[in-house]
Amino acid sequence: MLFPPPKSPASPPRVVITGAGIVTALGLGWHANADGFRQGRTAFRPVTLFDVSRQRVKLAAEADLPAELPRTRLSAKQQRRLDRATKLLLLAAREAWDQSSWAPSGDLPLVLGTTSGGMSLGEDYFRQAVRQPFRRRQQPTRALHYQAQTQARFVAEAFGFQGPITIISNACASGANAIGHAWELLRRGRSGRVLAGGYDALSLLTFAGFDSLQALSPTACRPFDAQRDGLALGEGAAVVALETLEGAQRRGASILGEIPGYGATVDRHHLTQPHPAGDAALETMTAACAAAGVTAEAVDYVNAHGTGTVLNDSAEALAINRWAGARAATLPVSSTKASVGHLLGAAGAVEAVVCLMAVREQWLPPQTTLRAVDPICRFAMVRQPANAPVRLALSNSFGFGGANATLLVRRWA
Amino acid sequence: MGLNGIFVTGLGAVSPAGWGVPALRSALERGEPLPRKPVARPGWDRPLLIREVPPASPVPAFFGHPRLRRVSPITHHVIASALEAMESAGAGGARQPEKLGLVMCLLSGCVQYTHRFFDETLRHPATASPVLFPETVFNAPASHLAALLGSAPVTYTLLGDPATFLQGVAWAADWLLEERVDGCLVVGAEETNWLLADVLWQFDHRAVLGGGAGALYLSRRPEGSPGVELSLITDAAVYSVRQNRTQAAQAMRRLLPAGQADELLCDSRQNRPRVDAAETAAWRDWPGQRLSPRSVLGEGLMAASAWQCVAACEALARDAFPAAQVSVVGPNQQAVGARFVRRGA
Repeated sequence: MLFPPPKSPASPPRVVITGAGIVTALGLGWHANADGFRQGRTAFRPVTLFDVSRQRVKLAAEADLPAELPRTRLSAKQQRRLDRATKLLLLAAREAWDQSSWAPSGDLPLVLGTTSGGMSLGEDYFRQAVRQPFRRRQQPTRALHYQAQTQARFVAEAFGFQGPITIISNACASGANAIGHAWELLRRGRSGRVLAGGYDALSLLTFAGFDSLQALSPTACRPFDAQRDGLALGEGAAVVALETLEGAQRRGASILGEIPGYGATVDRHHLTQPHPAGDAALETMTAACAAAGVTAEAVDYVNAHGTGTVLNDSAEALAINRWAGARAATLPVSSTKASVGHLLGAAGAVEAVVCLMAVREQWLPPQTTLRAVDPICRFAMVRQPANAPVRLALSNSFGFGGANATLLVRRWA
Repeated sequence: MGLNGIFVTGLGAVSPAGWGVPALRSALERGEPLPRKPVARPGWDRPLLIREVPPASPVPAFFGHPRLRRVSPITHHVIASALEAMESAGAGGARQPEKLGLVMCLLSGCVQYTHRFFDETLRHPATASPVLFPETVFNAPASHLAALLGSAPVTYTLLGDPATFLQGVAWAADWLLEERVDGCLVVGAEETNWLLADVLWQFDHRAVLGGGAGALYLSRRPEGSPGVELSLITDAAVYSVRQNRTQAAQAMRRLLPAGQADELLCDSRQNRPRVDAAETAAWRDWPGQRLSPRSVLGEGLMAASAWQCVAACEALARDAFPAAQVSVVGPNQQAVGARFVRRGA
């Protein structure tokens, strides 16, 4: 029953990651992305997915999709009908699923975060409805596949499992909230394992939206740079297989890392602007650390939300300064949006996987495009590729509407 | 205390019947499908038919709030239903709990501004309005409501088919049990426009889209409550290659009590036999009275699921029934059911 739920365990179980999949403009899968993030490579290029000739900005981080999707239980006809967002999601889910070695079951919850689902299909629907109003061909399929729950159902069908589907749309924190909610399900004994992640594909509406707000950088995305002038958009997906430590150990699973804490708050300051002093961001980081029973002293790396906009980065910098206190001076911080752009609903999930890479492989993802660090930053921006002991990483995700989320990722050794 | 200690203590609704729960109740008591309004579809001579929310009269005071002057109608509907629910729970204004949760449930969300913004983008992106774009984001209504209330530290927006509303109620109840919040709003809402009506038409030419919002306020404190307790919410019976919609509806039905002759079933049927077939079959043996708000108010998607819960709880609150079951058989994701009981029944 969804309610009343099973009684929560007296001692919440530890939650570990036993599978992780990632797709960004840096490539498909763990290795391509780890290589790119480790070097601080950037993946921006002229947009080819839609016409940007009349937009102010013309660059984004498009992902290269393979000509054929990996084999799943989806039929060839189903695969042909998939939109770009679902393909990104399935590619990430495939990698996580294979790595986890999970068997299909009838009670596996799926928790996903997205801001726009199959938006490009919605755009196609609108165009045809306006330009060819009597042509119905493909319209029902577009309407159905546009919906996020349809995309989630494809994931379940592709791997042959069933269970409750939850779609969280808390703007740019959606991916982090999805993993955080999955973490909560496990901690409260609602499930023994959960597949969770975030995904979003580039679409004209979203691109034009950020361009209309003049939030896109006309130069290069440089989070926390004194001369930063905006964000860059990207696309991608990341999915993680989460389970209780006890369950993972019982089946002899390979453990990639642990999620020891999660925090979520709401910044009520403005629909599109954070509180200038970063109050809600501070609250979110503090909540995640409290859940994990750690302080800033224990954190070895912060993957900042760091969009590259003036307002976000200054508010987040102030929040990190306040949260880290004396630790700030030596605390490594970077925003991997400098490499792959802002992935919106996927961002929190992708950045959690980047943190997992950092704690597993012991390196810090640099921002190689950073020129002059904004003096507001009292912390140590990671500017060059570097190996470093990373036992605990913190990932921030803040969204439109004030949805804030922080995840902690701990090394498993 | 009763069964599980989670009470529905406040109700709110904005629907094609009007602003407020009394308007919803009157329309459902009459049982006659509300009048439909034509809405032009580009290129077609024949309009689509919808049931939209009538203009508010008098205009609620919150319309003048600086943050709400340019919002999409869905936000107005969300806020009106949420404030009504909190007021009726005795949790409005100064009595609002410090730890307030908010679960917003949507299928299509802010379609009016999304449509307008994309239309402007196609015409000329350089002139597409930056005022519209933020309002197209799914969590904009939740954000505005949280800002207006000034305190909603736990806020989530859930997407899904209309049965997701009951998942949202389960989230709220869980948060209350865990004492993460002291009160929680669960709101389901949708907007109407020609584009969404056109989508519905693709699947059923005679379906009538409806818009609005419905809200439940849940609390651990029964004081001041209309006397309704949440008894259970079934697992989500998700559609798949192994479980079609009919089978899922039956799986959901099996998880709920058989019911008594004096109990109410509030279902998601639209008086459209083909669309309703799965739910009709699942509840063929129901012994008590039935209420189908969609057949009166229109296919309000997530809002309609909220209206179902509001109607069921409102009937319990005035002692019309000792218990009510809510059945939502969504179009493309899942079937979920719930049972509410009158306190002390």
